[in-house]
Amino acid sequence: MSVTKKFTYINRKAPYGTVYALESLEVVLIGAAFEQEVQLVFVDDGVYQLTKGQDAAGIGMKSFSKTYAALGDYDVNQIYVCEQSLADRGLTIDDLQALTYEDEDDDWAEKSSMNLVNREQLSDLISNADVLLNF
Amino acid sequence: MSTLHTVNKSPFEKNSLDTCLLLIKNDSTVLLIEDGVAGALQNTTASQSIADAMSEGVKFAVLGEDLNARGLPADRVINGISVVDYAGFVQLAADHDNVQSWL
Repeated sequence: MSVTKKFTYINRKAPYGTVYALESLEVVLIGAAFEQEVQLVFVDDGVYQLTKGQDAAGIGMKSFSKTYAALGDYDVNQIYVCEQSLADRGLTIDDLQALTYEDEDDDWAEKSSMNLVNREQLSDLISNADVLLNF
Repeated sequence: MSTLHTVNKSPFEKNSLDTCLLLIKNDSTVLLIEDGVAGALQNTTASQSIADAMSEGVKFAVLGEDLNARGLPADRVINGISVVDYAGFVQLAADHDNVQSWL
């Protein structure tokens, strides 16, 4: 009998300047194959990972931001974004990709995966995780 | 001696920009590159220190290619920060006597 655990990924780095964001995304996608409950948290500079309109051609790198849109197909649909981190950076939720998933329990209706959270909710997410992975 | 100061770290993660602005002379220029471009946007917790330095005469530029990579809109850059491309980066380096890279 398999045991389902809650895997919570904490993302705190901006993309492209370091490799953390890309590595995190790859680990999440690999981990998704093991059918565990997955939560992605974006806090501090991690919120920059989800901005719309990323184009890294000019710095000679591959943009990987479109890959986030595939997370819903891997049953990764619990995405939590720290609202204070956005505000501190002059950003709002409208600056981020609108990630969605299709709910198999509701006739495959398309629903949002995005959840804005405050510090208290973020604290609870960390406290309730079975496995914490930090990038 | 004029100096071009490049800052490649996010001001929300590292204190590179703070230290740069503490030590910079007024005839110098700050060029924000890589993760440092995050500081160029309006209405952030770094905006005030950039505005203060600007009012002292420090000039600011940001690398457009790094803004584009991160999906940060050039039209929301703080007024007075000029958006430059790689050729502009080279020109800035040539226009100053020295380059200080705050890593």
